[in-house]
Amino acid sequence: MSLENFLILGAVLFSIGLYGALSKRNAIAVLMSIELMFNAVNITAVALSRYVVPASLLADSASITDQAARTLLTGQIFSIFIITVAAAEIALGVAIVIALYRSRETVFVTDATQLKN
Amino acid sequence: MSLGAGTESALATDIAFWVIAVSVIVSAVAVVHMRDVFRAALFLVVVFLGTAGLFVLLRAEFLAVVQVIVYVGAISVLILFAILMTQDAEQGSPPNRLRYPVGLLAFLLGAAAVFTALNTEWTLLADALQGTLTSEAAQMVNEVYSNTIPQIASLLLRDYVLAFEAVSVLLLAAIIGALVLVRER
Repeated sequence: MSLENFLILGAVLFSIGLYGALSKRNAIAVLMSIELMFNAVNITAVALSRYVVPASLLADSASITDQAARTLLTGQIFSIFIITVAAAEIALGVAIVIALYRSRETVFVTDATQLKN
Repeated sequence: MSLGAGTESALATDIAFWVIAVSVIVSAVAVVHMRDVFRAALFLVVVFLGTAGLFVLLRAEFLAVVQVIVYVGAISVLILFAILMTQDAEQGSPPNRLRYPVGLLAFLLGAAAVFTALNTEWTLLADALQGTLTSEAAQMVNEVYSNTIPQIASLLLRDYVLAFEAVSVLLLAAIIGALVLVRER
């Protein structure tokens, strides 16, 4: 279990999510694939902050004491914000899908062509 | 792995990692390949739980708890309700015309990311702890990872307080937007 394992897992998960997000016709399946991509990014961010030394920590290890938490936990803070934004995104996405279903009786993104031409 | 060494053995964490990694990848493939959207959503829950397990392995226990509460508890329930409310009879989730070019694109992107991950010279924390860092710094690192929640709280409410407030406003806007969008007219 090393940094590369986590990075490769994140990359594979992101690719699967990207494929699903671009190739699915059902809007809810697209939303689920986007969630896969968010998870992949979270894994990568936390793994990087866990295994890689921050540059400031190497440059000045004397003043580490008050900076340690900030330099070591930045990836986790990023992930918290990503999770929050993902929650907001999925709430709005589901609302849009339900509104689309009410007005057009479909959840397929290929049928939502009101803005075409 | 010197940082995590302590109560758990390296072999056990290795086995846990591989079990979780394989189940996450298999479930993710199932999410994009199932024709039945409802089953795909259930496999998505497996992916979320596996991610929480990976967070535990990465010593981000707080994130693991947040992952279970927000993703497994809230987001997957939201998705399942959306599927139930909009179910088209047996239509499932067919791929669109872009299937093969997009598959190629995703494969190339993933291959590039894996290549980059394997060929970058990472400055690893474990190496630095044995080499350039002072013992005082090493002790500080251990202290941070032994109890992360107070550190995260003070970071969120001090250093990142502006982003914290902005995200609160974003959540409020998302709630109001969702309510307006699904309102009965």
